[in-house]
Amino acid sequence: MNISIHTLSNRYALITGLLVCLSVILILIGVSVGSTGFETLTSVFKDPMSNQIVWMIRLPRSLGALLAGALLGMTGAIAQGLFRNPLADPYLLGSASGASFAVAISLMMFGGSPFASYLLIRLGLTGAAFIGAVVAVLLTLLLARGVQNSLRLLLSGVIVAVIFGALSSIIALSSPDILQAMQAFLLGSTGFVSWNACGVMVIALLVSLSFSLVLSRVLDGLTLGEATAASLGLRLKSMRVALIAIMSLTTGAAVAQVGLVAFVGLVAPHLVRSLVRVNHAKLIFLSAMMGGVLLLAADILARGIIAPQELPVGVLTAVLGGGYLFWLMYNGRDKRDLL
Amino acid sequence: MISPVLSDSAIQVTDLTIKLGHVVALNKITLSVSAGKWTSVVGPNGAGKSTLLQAFAGLLGEQRDINIFGRSLDAIAPRDKARRIAWLGQNERVTGDMSVYDLVMLGRLPHLSWLESPADHDHLVVKQALETVHAQEWKSRSIGELSGGEQQRVFIARALAVNADILLMDEPLNNLDPPHQSDCLTLIRGLVSQGKTVVTVLHEIAFALYSDEMIVMNEGEVFFQGPSVDKKTHMRVEQVFQNRIEIHPFNNRLVVLPV
Repeated sequence: MNISIHTLSNRYALITGLLVCLSVILILIGVSVGSTGFETLTSVFKDPMSNQIVWMIRLPRSLGALLAGALLGMTGAIAQGLFRNPLADPYLLGSASGASFAVAISLMMFGGSPFASYLLIRLGLTGAAFIGAVVAVLLTLLLARGVQNSLRLLLSGVIVAVIFGALSSIIALSSPDILQAMQAFLLGSTGFVSWNACGVMVIALLVSLSFSLVLSRVLDGLTLGEATAASLGLRLKSMRVALIAIMSLTTGAAVAQVGLVAFVGLVAPHLVRSLVRVNHAKLIFLSAMMGGVLLLAADILARGIIAPQELPVGVLTAVLGGGYLFWLMYNGRDKRDLL
Repeated sequence: MISPVLSDSAIQVTDLTIKLGHVVALNKITLSVSAGKWTSVVGPNGAGKSTLLQAFAGLLGEQRDINIFGRSLDAIAPRDKARRIAWLGQNERVTGDMSVYDLVMLGRLPHLSWLESPADHDHLVVKQALETVHAQEWKSRSIGELSGGEQQRVFIARALAVNADILLMDEPLNNLDPPHQSDCLTLIRGLVSQGKTVVTVLHEIAFALYSDEMIVMNEGEVFFQGPSVDKKTHMRVEQVFQNRIEIHPFNNRLVVLPV
């Protein structure tokens, strides 16, 4: 067949391969790096203590970062396609502020840290965050009176975010002892991801990836505008509902486990697009891998930079993501879209 | 090719009213569009031309008020409808940086089931559509890198790739330079001679006069409908533009002069 098309699909395969390799390498680094130093991986089979550290803390946490990043990355790709806006991110329907509001309420009622080790509190908080995210999206849909109008959806998302943000602030101010815990949630942290959390995220990722790959043609059609997409026989309304449901599931699952990690969902699809020009099915898939690699890399850095102390991973993703977008705005291929 | 025409009309509209917000865009329109012919819709700005075209495509208004080839639009499944009616909007704008080839392939969406990927036949249709508008050289380029006129040719190819019986084009000559405008008119003639029904909205009356029939619109209503060569049609066109234009025969053609 044609040469240029050939090279394009080769490029896709190459980038997929690279991202897989990167994920594996980063996981290996992720289980080796920590407050007790690098050498524990070698002693993992001899020393029960380091065995415990690797199996119960570092491995689930590294996998968790990979999975949460993947969830956010794919959601960003869907959001940008669905709203035909390169600045759309997973939180734009209010899910983030809904989750933090729910976390604030449960902290106020039960006390403790969102990343506390007590299983019950931990379970309650992640559950609350998930429910908060989904409720916020439903509220946005209600305010926008359905999914028909993109602009109304975006505006409603902003309104819901502002209101929930204000409510969370009021709660935090009225019970100052939760401030630090709230802050940890708002910045995002991969510190206490358990094996259970990994399991939940794997399921969410597999389910939502397969559904969104099936629905990705709608996003391809939508690049031509809503009217043209409709004229091509795409059932926009029902497919939009489905895609928004997927978005709230993935965002809810990620946010519940790692807090409000900034920028990964926004930046991952941009990074993929700057590397290769693909349709939405491949974009969603690659953005998931890219998001996972980004968050895991940021997590490793967050652990390493000021070891034995730890930076909140959200701070790093915000700095790196913001810097990347800034660079993109001045140098990148997406310049036209962004400005 | 055997055209699927049983009756003389491809599109029939009965008592169609469309409101956009609080504005009545189309007011109780009843008309029919002849099958296998080129019909052009003309009229002043805001007369409802684009709205009418979108209604033909089933994108606006009550679908039961519109019949294509004797079947009510609301009785036809969306994908079936999309296979029979291709619509090219005015000033299409693309987000992202899809390749020209992939963009034209979107015209094959109505022919593909959910998980089906394009077959050889689809690739052939896309290739032909690109050749028709002389865009085959750009097929792996990004749509965003092309100029406005080049993009318009790609959008026309996208509409052609649907291979529908009815082709609705809103200002297809937008951004095209004179040679490609002339190519596009020839292309429409070719489609009609293959038995397709083409409806265009054209603000340039001189080009609209090349069509077989004209629908003259004014303030959301059909002001007149008749053959494009008829003197009577010309008078009505002049009238709808407040007699600020004149249509004159010149070397077996028609020219439009401003007054």
